[in-house]
Amino acid sequence: MTDHTTTPIGRLAQWIDQRVGAAKFTRSTLDYVFPKHFSFLFGEIALYSFVVLVGTGIFLALFYTPSEAEVIYAGTYDPLRGVAMTEAYESVVDLSFSVRAGLLFRQTHHWAAIIFLGAIFLHLCRVFFTGAFRRPRELNWITGVTLMVVAIAEGFAGYSLLDDLLSGTGVRIAYSIAESIPVVGTWLAYWIWGGEYPGEGFLSRLFAVHIFLLPAVIAALIGVHLFLVARPHHTQFAGPGKREDNVVGLRLWPSYATLSVGLFFLVAAVLNLMGGFLQINPVWLYGPYDVFVVSSGSQADWYFLWLQGALRLMPGVSLELGPYTVANQFFPAVLYPGVVFALLYLWPFLEARVTGDRGEHHLLDRPRDRPLRTALGAAAIAGFVVLLLAGSDDVFVTTFDWSIVPVRNVERVLFFVLPVLVGLGVWKAARDLSRADPPDRRSAAPASTEPTPADAPAGSSGVAADAVAYRRHEVRHGDSGPTTLVGAIAAVGAAVAVGSLVRRGLRDRSH
Amino acid sequence: MRVALAFLVSMAASVGFIGAYQLDAGTQWLALSLSIALGSLGAGLAWWSRRLMPQESSEEARPTLAPPPEEERETAETFEAGRRGIRRRGLLGGLLAAAVGALGLGTVWPARSLGPPPSSGFRQTGWREGVHLIDETGRRIGIDTLDFGGVVTVFPEGRDPAADDQVVLMRIPLEDLDLPEGRANWTPDGYVAFSKVCTHAGCPVGLYQDVGYLLLCPCHQATFDVVQGAVPVFGPAPRELPQLPLRADRDGLLLAAGDFSGPVGPDRWRLGEVKDGDA
Ligand code: HEM
Ligand code: FES
Repeated sequence: MTDHTTTPIGRLAQWIDQRVGAAKFTRSTLDYVFPKHFSFLFGEIALYSFVVLVGTGIFLALFYTPSEAEVIYAGTYDPLRGVAMTEAYESVVDLSFSVRAGLLFRQTHHWAAIIFLGAIFLHLCRVFFTGAFRRPRELNWITGVTLMVVAIAEGFAGYSLLDDLLSGTGVRIAYSIAESIPVVGTWLAYWIWGGEYPGEGFLSRLFAVHIFLLPAVIAALIGVHLFLVARPHHTQFAGPGKREDNVVGLRLWPSYATLSVGLFFLVAAVLNLMGGFLQINPVWLYGPYDVFVVSSGSQADWYFLWLQGALRLMPGVSLELGPYTVANQFFPAVLYPGVVFALLYLWPFLEARVTGDRGEHHLLDRPRDRPLRTALGAAAIAGFVVLLLAGSDDVFVTTFDWSIVPVRNVERVLFFVLPVLVGLGVWKAARDLSRADPPDRRSAAPASTEPTPADAPAGSSGVAADAVAYRRHEVRHGDSGPTTLVGAIAAVGAAVAVGSLVRRGLRDRSH
Repeated sequence: MRVALAFLVSMAASVGFIGAYQLDAGTQWLALSLSIALGSLGAGLAWWSRRLMPQESSEEARPTLAPPPEEERETAETFEAGRRGIRRRGLLGGLLAAAVGALGLGTVWPARSLGPPPSSGFRQTGWREGVHLIDETGRRIGIDTLDFGGVVTVFPEGRDPAADDQVVLMRIPLEDLDLPEGRANWTPDGYVAFSKVCTHAGCPVGLYQDVGYLLLCPCHQATFDVVQGAVPVFGPAPRELPQLPLRADRDGLLLAAGDFSGPVGPDRWRLGEVKDGDA
C-alpha cells in the first residue's frame, strides 16, 4: 500500500477507494468539462431550488398537521380568533405567527417552488430551441418532461395542503376534473379522495404524497437526468475548436465545482430574501376553507394558472354520447394538457421524422438557424401566455371596471390567432437573421449552399474575420462569470418579484 | 482579499442570524441576515473560482456511446449462450411470468381500500319534499325573511350540510320571472331557489347581481340568468343550475316541494344515468 497523499481527507478518500475502487471514475469526474454559456444555468438553478425546497420543506413538515378535524382558533392572530377551521389550516397560521422563522421558511418554500418550476421551464426552452434533445439525448428529454409534470403535481399538492379558502377551491375544481375523465373518472376521484367530495382523510393522503412520494420520485428522476447528461457529456455551441467529438470549457475540479457551489448559495440567498420580504400566499387573509364560500380574485401559482385560463376560455358545451357525458372541464383540463404534453414527449421523434435527420448531435443549433422549430416553439409560448392572461383576467377586469364578456371573447380569439402571428413573425425574423450571417456561422447541419447576400467573398479574409466574430460571440454570450450568474438569478428573481407586486397591487385595488 | 472578506461577512451574518432569532427580531431581520450569510458565501466562492483558480478552457474528448458492432454482437451472443443453457425455458418462463403477474395483481388489490365503489347513478342531496330551508345559523326561512332583490344561502334542515346541499335562495318579483314551463308554482311569493354548486367545476356560485338577476361563479365567471331558470348565458358552464321547487306552509315557513329539477354539480361521465334516475 502506497500513500499518495498525506492530508486527512486524502487518506480517508484513499481508504474508501481501496474498498470500492472508484479512483478512475472519480478522476474522470474531476476532469469533466462544462461548456460556458449562461443558458446552461437554468438547470442548475432548478436543481438548487429543489435543494432549498427539501430543506425548508423538512422544517415545515415538523410543524404542519395534516388533519381535517375542526377546531376553534385561539392563537395569536387576532382577526381569526373564534373562527372554526381545520387543524391543518390552524397549524399553518401558527407556523406563520407563532413559530420563530416559520413564516420565513414557509414563504421561502413557496418562492422556491415558483422559481423551481420557472427554472425548469426556462431550461426546457433552452433545450428545445437549441435542439439539445436530438440523438443521443431523447431519453433525457423524456426524463426532463416527466420531471416537469411531477413538479407541477408536487406544487399543486403543497399548495393544497394549507386548506385555506383559495386552495380548498382549487381542490374542489381538481375533484371535478378527476371526475370528468371518461369511464374511470368517478372511480379515480373516489380513490383519490376516499369518497364523494370532500372525501375522507384527503389531507393526510396529500401530505404523504407531498412530503414523501413525489419528492422521492423527483429526486430519483434528477439522478437519472444528471446521469444521462454526464454520459454523452454536455452539448455546446459551435465555436473555434468546438467540435462534435469534444467538449470545451471549464473543468469541474476545481474551478467549476467551486463556482457551482457558489451558485447554490446565491440561489438560496435570493430565495431566502424573497421569502423574507415578498409576502406570498398570506392564507390568514383568505380565511379557512368552507365549501359554501368562495372568494373572487383568486390567483393560482403560474404553473397552474394556465390551466385555470384554459378552463375559462372553454365555451359552455359538453359532449353527450348516448347515456354518457364527456364533461366540459375534460376538454381544457385533461385533453388539452394531455395533447400538449404528448407533443412535448414526442417532439424529438416527430422532428427526426420530419427532417429525416437521425444522426447524433452534440453541437447546438442557434435558434435562428432552425426557423421552423423556433417558430413553433414561440407559437406554443404565445398560446401559453394567452392562457396565463385568461387565468388572471378577472383581476384586471375588476380593476379597470371592464366587462368580462368582451375581454373573454378577445382572449378566445387571441388563443388561436396570436400563436399564428407570433409563429409567422418569429419564423421570418429567424430566417432573416440566419441569412444575414456568414454561412459558416450557421449551425444548420447540412452546410447550406444557398447563396446569401452576406456571403463572405470567398478567400483570404474569411478565417480571421470569423475568429473575430466568434470572439464577439463569446464576449456576448459565452461568459458565465459571476456577473452573468448573479445577473441571471437576479433577473429571474426581479421578474417574479415585480410580477407578484403588480398582481398583489391589482388585487388590493380590486377589493 | 475580496474572497476572504466575503467569507468573513458571511460568518458575521450567520452570527447575526442567530442573534435575530434569539431576540425574536422578526421575519425581515432573519431573512436579511441569513441572505447575507448565504449570499456572501456564494459570492466568495464564485470570486475564488473566477480569480484564483485556473480559467483557461480545457478540452475533453467526448465518449462514443454507441458500441462498436462486434461488441454489440458479442454481448448478444453471451446472452444467447446463457439462454440456450437454460432447460425448460418455455414452460417455466411462462409460468414464472404468470406467477409474478398474479403476485403483482394481488399486492395492488388492496388499493381498493382507497375509496368505496362509487354509489351508482343519482347523487342524493339532503333535499326532498317537506324539508325546511334553514340558513347558516340554523334558523328556518320564512316568507318574510328576504326583501325583493335579497339573497341568502340555505341548507336542508335536519342534517349536517353536505357540499351538494347548498342552495342559493333569492326573492324576485313574480312578474320578472320567466321560468321554463311547469315551474309556475315553485316560487311562493317570489322565492326562487337554485343549487349553489356550479355546473362547471363545482365552485359555489357566490355572486348575485340583482340588477338583471344574474348569478356569477367567481372561479371561471360562468354567468346564469336566474329569471330564465338559471340558464348559463356566459362562460364555461354547460348546464343550467338545477332548481329546487319551493312551497310555503301555513306558518309562512319555506319548504322544499320536491327534489332538484336536474343533476347537481359538474358534468361527469355518468350524468345521463343521473338524469334518468331523476325522471
Ligand atoms: C419539488 C419539490 C416541492 C415543491 C414544488 C413544493 C411546493 C409547495 C408549495 C407551493 C407549498 C405551499 C406553500 C405555502 O404557501 O405555504 C408547499 C407547502 C408545503 N410543503 Fe412543499 N414543495 C416541495 C417539496 C417539499 C418537501 C421535500 C417537503 C418535506 C419534506 C415539503 C413540505 C411541505 C409542507 C409541510 C407544506 C405545508 C406547510 C406550509 O406551507 O405552511 N415540500 N410546498
Ligand atoms: S366552477 Fe363555476 S365557472 Fe368554473
